[in-house]
Amino acid sequence: MSDTLVAEVAGKLFANLVPSKLVNDAEAGEFPDALWKAVNDAGFPDALAAGAEAPGDLAGLADAAAILREAGRHAAPLPLAETMIARWLLAGAGLKSPEAPLTVAPVERDGSLLLHRAGKGWRLAGRAAGVPWAQQAAGIVVVAQGQVALVAAKSIDIRPGKSLAGEPRDDVSVDAEVETAPAAAGVDAALVYRLGALSRTLLMAGALDEVLKLTVQYANDRVQFGRPIGKFQAIQQQLAVLAENVAAAGVVAAAAVEVAGKQGDFPFAVAVAKARVGEAASKVAEIAHQVHGAIGFTHEHRLHHLTRRLWSWRDEFGVESEWQQELGRIAAARGGDGLWPLLSAW
Amino acid sequence: MTDVFRFDPLALPPECETLRGEVRQFIAEEKSAGRWRSESDFASSYSPEFSKRLGARGWIGMTWPKKYGGQDKTFLERYVVTEELLAAGAPVGAHWVADRQSGPLILRFGKDGQREEILPRITRGECYFCIGMSEPDSGSDLASIRTKAVPVEGGWELSGRKIWTSNAHKAHFMICLCRTSPVDANDRHKGLSQLIVDLTSPGISIRPIKNLAGAEHFNEVLFENVFVPADRMIGEPGDGWKQVTSELGYERSGPERFLSSFRLLTEFVRRASNAPDAREAEAIGRLVAHLATLRRMSLSVAGMLQKGEMVNLEAAVVKDLGTNLEKEIPEIVRLVAKRGRSPNKADLMEEALRYGVLNAPSFTIRGGTREILRGIVARGLGLR
Repeated sequence: MSDTLVAEVAGKLFANLVPSKLVNDAEAGEFPDALWKAVNDAGFPDALAAGAEAPGDLAGLADAAAILREAGRHAAPLPLAETMIARWLLAGAGLKSPEAPLTVAPVERDGSLLLHRAGKGWRLAGRAAGVPWAQQAAGIVVVAQGQVALVAAKSIDIRPGKSLAGEPRDDVSVDAEVETAPAAAGVDAALVYRLGALSRTLLMAGALDEVLKLTVQYANDRVQFGRPIGKFQAIQQQLAVLAENVAAAGVVAAAAVEVAGKQGDFPFAVAVAKARVGEAASKVAEIAHQVHGAIGFTHEHRLHHLTRRLWSWRDEFGVESEWQQELGRIAAARGGDGLWPLLSAW
Repeated sequence: MTDVFRFDPLALPPECETLRGEVRQFIAEEKSAGRWRSESDFASSYSPEFSKRLGARGWIGMTWPKKYGGQDKTFLERYVVTEELLAAGAPVGAHWVADRQSGPLILRFGKDGQREEILPRITRGECYFCIGMSEPDSGSDLASIRTKAVPVEGGWELSGRKIWTSNAHKAHFMICLCRTSPVDANDRHKGLSQLIVDLTSPGISIRPIKNLAGAEHFNEVLFENVFVPADRMIGEPGDGWKQVTSELGYERSGPERFLSSFRLLTEFVRRASNAPDAREAEAIGRLVAHLATLRRMSLSVAGMLQKGEMVNLEAAVVKDLGTNLEKEIPEIVRLVAKRGRSPNKADLMEEALRYGVLNAPSFTIRGGTREILRGIVARGLGLR
């Protein structure tokens, strides 16, 4: 399937199966089992693993990206990105994946989950904060010491928490023997973190498209002073800025996917994309709420399903400033005269 | 709504990267020979000698047919040459308008005789143009211009006044938008035409206008009964509006719309050295992320232009985002960079910063104001 066809299939599935009520119920703690089953049956969580042409390559990223953008557009409350990455890691290491949702950890740069030799096997010990969907996952996949480890849910102590969007983000602690296999070549914790950042970028790109659509629709429908508010230049100029940021986010998210797996280019592209899309998310959410007025601030209106996700995704797997600093250090290392070659190489 | 904008992904073909290497080699030779020092902005430089050397390399009018002096190259190849020159701060100002705008206009809408007479001279880097659009009472509202040309024996008699005309005092020709028939209240865009005006013609006076940075780039141009031969009309009388609006994609999406403060950023990165503090790294990284994004968008538009697509909306997006970034760079550098103390000491970063702060107001005005661009985007969204 081409990635546009994948996007169409995924878009239809989410449009049919993710009504507002489902999002609200999920945020109240009710995991959407039927939605998960449909998504799993459609093969979405396997997109990254199934697309790989060799263990650990990112050939499946185009399809995975198309699905994640649709998931973001519809605020689908599932550990889809996490399971995609987890199954890809397990498959790359030759380990079998369960059918149930999975997640990955750590989700911070300086995570402290360590693998130790224990007899013939390995033991995983440590803590990780803000692990997405740990409560609902059958296990957590961790990459450390050149190994991919799957920690079963029963071995994990969880202190539940929630993101701004009401999605589970749990603190976990582990001290247990785990199933492991050597990670595929080039796969390490830094790459997992980068894929996590890219997944948030893609989810945001999808949500941003939807926020643009909702906001233009609202500006056309809402009448004040005898005409739709979208006829006022003050509103038009704001919506133009909103739309420009959505366009920039879409372009840069797609560009990062295009260079997937390329040495040098990919880390640079992911850093650029996460930093730029995070900034777009802030700007777009702010304007969208201003244009929507009071109704957009209610729980009843679905705008917040998208904007609260934007506000949480922009912080996850590295807030903008973290990626900006990484980019700044890359640029500074090249020096003043290296700046243009750096920019024009990508 | 996803379909409001189209930014097709683009990978530059290998011949572009070969060409990029040639341009970098050329720039390195120019610099090592001490022929020029980096300028901040396409508008701030003017070097006929440089333009001629560039022309000799075949890098002016390079997309035009060989029979008019061009190289039959793609728009993407031109893009690569342009971005390399701008990033290096090369003095492209003399031929800039002729290469980007006037030449393509003549090629597309002009008469054979005009093409044969003018285009080869442009490609050799020896014929320069300025754009005669704005007037004292007509800025963003371009259709309200009053400069008029009335038919006379053998041609037209041109009267009126143009203003903010960059490089009019140094250019050979102006492409002058004028009224050739009275305003039609039902369609203000009717009756507008474009003439190629030889700026040495009797009846033209050009008065430089000093800008706030102390430079004299733009001018007021007065036409008093200036005779323009009939064969200098571009296309047919009344085609002016169509011509003007068809070129907007080229004018608004290029790298000159986000690289005007690039020299300052380069000097800021040099100043930060290879051990930037957290604040410097964050500021540099943010600007790098924006520039990298804008370049992808701008390249995407170049690719669509090459395919002949209509891209006025996407070009407006690039220009609005890009020119706002150009303005932001000096504001960030002044706050974050480790600054020199003395305004008198030779300090490349301070010099670029002074240029940036003083010229920033023009970035979001020239070539279509921020407000006009956002209006175009709003129209694309279906709001107007």
